Amino acid sequence: MIEVNNLTKNYGAHCAVDHISFHVNEGEILGFLGPNGAGKSTTMNILTGYLSSSDGSVKISGYDILEDPNAAKANIGYLPELPPLYLDMTVREYLNFMYNLKKCTLPRAQHIKEICQIMKIENVYGRLIKNLSKGYRQRVGMAQALIGNPPVLVLDEPTVGLDPSQIIEIRSLIKALGKRHTIILSSHILPEVEAVCDRLVIISGGKIVADDTTENLIREYSSDRRLMVRVAGPAFEVEKLINGIDGVKTVTAITSREAGTTDFAIELNAGADIRYDLFKRLSDRGFALLSSHSMERSLEDIFMSLTSENFASKKGGKAK
Amino acid sequence: MSAIFKKELRSYFTSPLGYIVLAVVFLFAGWSFFAYNMSYGAVSLSYVYNSLYTVVMLLVLPVLTMRLFSDEKRQKTDQALFTAPTSLTALVVGKFLAALLLFAMSMAITLVFAIIIATKTTPEWLVIFGNYFGIILLGGMVIAIGLLISCLTESQFIAAIGTFAISFLLILLDQVGGVFQGVEWLNKVLAFLSVNTRYTNFTSGLIRYDNIIFFLSMQALFLFLAVRVLDRKRWK
Repeated sequence: MIEVNNLTKNYGAHCAVDHISFHVNEGEILGFLGPNGAGKSTTMNILTGYLSSSDGSVKISGYDILEDPNAAKANIGYLPELPPLYLDMTVREYLNFMYNLKKCTLPRAQHIKEICQIMKIENVYGRLIKNLSKGYRQRVGMAQALIGNPPVLVLDEPTVGLDPSQIIEIRSLIKALGKRHTIILSSHILPEVEAVCDRLVIISGGKIVADDTTENLIREYSSDRRLMVRVAGPAFEVEKLINGIDGVKTVTAITSREAGTTDFAIELNAGADIRYDLFKRLSDRGFALLSSHSMERSLEDIFMSLTSENFASKKGGKAK
Repeated sequence: MSAIFKKELRSYFTSPLGYIVLAVVFLFAGWSFFAYNMSYGAVSLSYVYNSLYTVVMLLVLPVLTMRLFSDEKRQKTDQALFTAPTSLTALVVGKFLAALLLFAMSMAITLVFAIIIATKTTPEWLVIFGNYFGIILLGGMVIAIGLLISCLTESQFIAAIGTFAISFLLILLDQVGGVFQGVEWLNKVLAFLSVNTRYTNFTSGLIRYDNIIFFLSMQALFLFLAVRVLDRKRWK
C-alpha cells in the first residue's frame, strides 16, 4: 500500500531524512517512532505530498506522489500534527468544505453523518470549531482525514495534548479503523504504539534504526538479560561461585545494602536461565539467596538504546 | 476549484472583512454620488469613479487580499489544502476569483447609481461600462499581486502593507517618467507599464484590446508566480 524507497530530505545543509526505505502492507497499522526532531513529521509531510523529497520515491496504492500527485493524494487521509481546522467555521461547514475539496463522490449527507458517528462529534456538529475543546478539535481533524474513505490514513501524533481517557478512546478508535484502512501512526509515546501497532519503524537522526513487529523487537533486544540478586555470604566467594555457572556472561558486585550481604548484577547469555542452578549451588554452600529479579528490557529501554546509540555514533562521526 | 472559491467567498462574510470592504466602498461611492450627481445634478459618473480609484487601490485591494494565503499558513490549514487531490493552480485561481468577485460586488454599487440616473435621463452607458470594466481589470491585477504577496508571508499585516506599497508605486509610476525626461528608453518602459494611462482609457469609454490583454496577462503572470512560490516552498 505504501512504498517508501530511499527517501531523503535536505533542508539546506541539514539532512532531516536520510535515505529511509520501508513498506506498509495493506491493513497494517504501522507505528512510526522516534524522538523529537528525528524526522517523523517531515517524512509524513512528504508521504502526503505537502513537502517534496530531495531524493527517493513514495508510492501510495501504486501511485507516485510526485508523478501522479492527485491520484496518490486521493488515496490518503492525513491528520497533521496540528489539525488543519478553520476556526471560524462550524463543524458542518468544515466537513462539507473538506468533502468538496477532496472531490468526494460518496453520498454526501450519509457519508458525513457516518464519519460523525464514528468520531462521536454529532453533538458538536453545528458548533464553531474555535469553541471546541482540544479533544473535540482532534476528533474533527480525524473526521476530516476520513472523508472520502481513503485506503491509507497518515496520523501524526494523534493523541498529543489529550487527557488520559481521550487518549484511550482515540487509541481504540484507531484500532477499529485499522480493520478498514492501512494506517501510519507517528508517536513518541511508547505504550500507545505498543498497544495499537502491528509493526514498528523506529527512526532517529533521520535514519531508520529498527523495523520489525513489536514482539520481535522485544525478543531480539531483550536477549541480553540481566539478573539482580542479593546473597548473604562473603562477596568474593559468591562471585567466584556464580561465575562458574553455565550461561553467565559477567558478574559484578554492586553494593552491600544489608550487613553481610552483597548485591550482584549478572549478565546472562542469550536464552540462558540460571535461576535453578544458582539457587541450588548457593544453598549447597550454605549461602542464602535473599532476593532475585530479572531486568527484562521494555520497549522503552530498547527505544532509548536504539535512538541514543544512533545519536552517539553520529556524534562520533562528526568529531572525526 | 469551486470548493476553495466557495469557501473563500463565504469566509469574507463569516468574518467582518467582507462587510467592512463593502461598507467602505459604498460609503465613499455614496458620498461622491450624493455630492456630485445628486447635489449638482451631473449626469456623468466619472467623478464617483475618480474618487473611488485611490480608496480601491490603497485600501480595499490590500485588505481584500492580505489573508488569502498568509492566514492559511499561519493556521496550518495549508496542510489540508496542499494534501488534497487538488492542484495548486486550482487553489490559487479559486482564491483569486473569490476576491475578484467580492471586489466586483463592491463596485457594482456604481451600476445602481447608473440605474438611478437612468430614471431621469439617459446616462453614457459606454463610459459607465468602460469605467466598471476598467476598474475590475485593474483591480484583478492588483488582487493577483496581493495574492502573490500573501503567499510570501505568514503575516496578514505584512501582506497588506506590501500590497499597499506596490499599489502606491503603480499610482506614482507616471510621475517617475516626468522626473527622468531625458531617458527615452525608461520612459518607453514606464509608458508600457503605466496602469494609470491604460485605466484612464477605459474611463473615457475607450475599450482597447491591447489594454485588456495587458491587464489579463498581468493577472495571469502574477497568479503563475504565486503558484511557483507555493510550489517552491515544498522543495526547500
